[in-house]
Amino acid sequence: MNKTILNKKLLSSLLLAMALSACKSTPMVDKPAAVEDKSPNATATAPAAPAADSGADTAGVQDSSVSGNPLTDPNNILSKRTVYFDFDKDTVREEFRPLVEAHAKYLAEHGSAKVILQGNADERGTREYNLSLGQRRSVAVKKSLNLLSAQDKQIETVSYGEEKATANCKDEACHQLNRRVDIVYEGE
Amino acid sequence: MQTQFQHMKKLFKLFQPVLFLIAALTSTVAHAALEIEISGGSAQQIPIAIVPFGQATANQDKIADIIAADLRRSGLFRVLETSGVSSRPTEVSQVKYAEWAVLQAQAITVGNVTVLPGNRLKVTFGLADVLKQTQLVTMEYNIAPNQLRLTAHKIADVIYQKLTGEGPIFASRIAYINKTKNRYALQVADADGVNAQTVVSSSEPIISPAWSPDGTRIAYVSFEKKKPIIFVQSLTTGQRLTLANFKGNNSAPTWSPDGSKLAIVLSHSANSQLYTINADGTGLKQVTKSSAIDTEPNWSPDGKWIYFTSDRGGNPQIYKVSAFGGEAQRVTFQGGHNLSSHFSPDGKSLVMVRKDGAKYSIAMQDLASGQTQLLSDGGQDESPSFAPNGRVILYATRTGGRGALAAVSSDGRVKQRLSESGGDIREPSWGPLLN
Repeated sequence: MNKTILNKKLLSSLLLAMALSACKSTPMVDKPAAVEDKSPNATATAPAAPAADSGADTAGVQDSSVSGNPLTDPNNILSKRTVYFDFDKDTVREEFRPLVEAHAKYLAEHGSAKVILQGNADERGTREYNLSLGQRRSVAVKKSLNLLSAQDKQIETVSYGEEKATANCKDEACHQLNRRVDIVYEGE
Repeated sequence: MQTQFQHMKKLFKLFQPVLFLIAALTSTVAHAALEIEISGGSAQQIPIAIVPFGQATANQDKIADIIAADLRRSGLFRVLETSGVSSRPTEVSQVKYAEWAVLQAQAITVGNVTVLPGNRLKVTFGLADVLKQTQLVTMEYNIAPNQLRLTAHKIADVIYQKLTGEGPIFASRIAYINKTKNRYALQVADADGVNAQTVVSSSEPIISPAWSPDGTRIAYVSFEKKKPIIFVQSLTTGQRLTLANFKGNNSAPTWSPDGSKLAIVLSHSANSQLYTINADGTGLKQVTKSSAIDTEPNWSPDGKWIYFTSDRGGNPQIYKVSAFGGEAQRVTFQGGHNLSSHFSPDGKSLVMVRKDGAKYSIAMQDLASGQTQLLSDGGQDESPSFAPNGRVILYATRTGGRGALAAVSSDGRVKQRLSESGGDIREPSWGPLLN
């Protein structure tokens, strides 16, 4: 792909973001979990230190003068963060190519940006095996990003397994929504 | 008399033990109530009289009640009503056997609690054969007051062992995850469900609790930092150690039989693979190197093998590999998928989750013969683990859209389902016997 075109595309999307975005971006994830330890004999241990950067939402805009954030602009494809998968499959479906390409371009253009790819599985099967299935899907998305010039050091693949799945699915349409990879930028 | 009990032992081998977990999972929440559904079971039960212990202190837990509850829940005993007998012996020499023979008791238990100087308690108990009018066993315990319930469970174990020939089971604990609204709590309770205590809680998921062989520590996987990380936490001090926090996923901890190491699963930037690591987080070693998913390790009781789940053959099946690495060998050949294997304490059999069609059931495989048996009806059953004596398998099931615990005797005859109203209980693991 032609890098100039990529840059132009990116610039136009940034401008678009700027034009359309009067809305302030907000952190997408909850605060880190406060963990309370309590042993049976009631000797409490210190809570795990929460990550310090959870409130920040500046990923990827450090080298840009614009104030809008394309990653959270609802009109930018970069705000689309979910890739869905077929049952027992880890193939990135054609319909998600543009989304994956857009994030790959963004990562290639923003060397300091980092993403965590969070794989997910539906609730059928054991929790640990589903964790591994979700991981396989996040690895599939990583490989697609790598092919489009995103660097290894920018990408961490993890899995939530079935832990974030909608519980008690009655039909395939429901299960389908649980077989996915969520793309989360560092600091979000 | 010996032959009499020997005969009983044989008889009860036919009617394998059941559960006793029962009152399970009553948490500190007052309204939490456990619904128990029992199916199957044996007709033959040992009739036993459990005479209230001599206990001068009014606010003590009643030892006889705890023993009676344990034995009753095992399914192997019929605990007799003693209120019709006026005498209250506290040692075997005081027992007038004729009184208890009228109740058709085959065995009788008596005991006494006295306060020692220095705020200690002395608990004595005796077990006698009513028909032969002979003392079978006496025990004496010098304990701290907060060890009264545990002592009662130990006495129940002595009775259970003596009269059924099975190993002890009551003086043990279980761990599980209790999900309420958006909070996940790793809890530990006595095997009778009493004394549920939260070990760690988080707004993010916690899975895969694993007891150290000595029962003093629990390893688990927490998502509190938005990715799976393995912690090891002491149950005595509450201190915890980050065992594994490598790039990618850190999951599926399981202890070596000597407690010095754990087998864990790391993904780094690719598929899940098995590793071993010292219990202090040092000495990481890779055990499997495949392009497939390798997960759910389970250490054989002799320490030589790690059994695990792999989809290297297309579908997930159980394989084994030397704890030091090398070629893996397939272990399961029946059933569409086999996952999440756990060893029996004697190392002779394996319980696992089996998928046939759309159903996930608990299955047991005899390792010598390769023969397998389905132990649950199926649905979404998972996370099986053996009781310390190998006679009961505890597992997770779903009922009414919520997680619940279930247990089945190792011969599949007696099944119990335990659910806490309003609770969502999952990932159970039966711990070792308490000292």
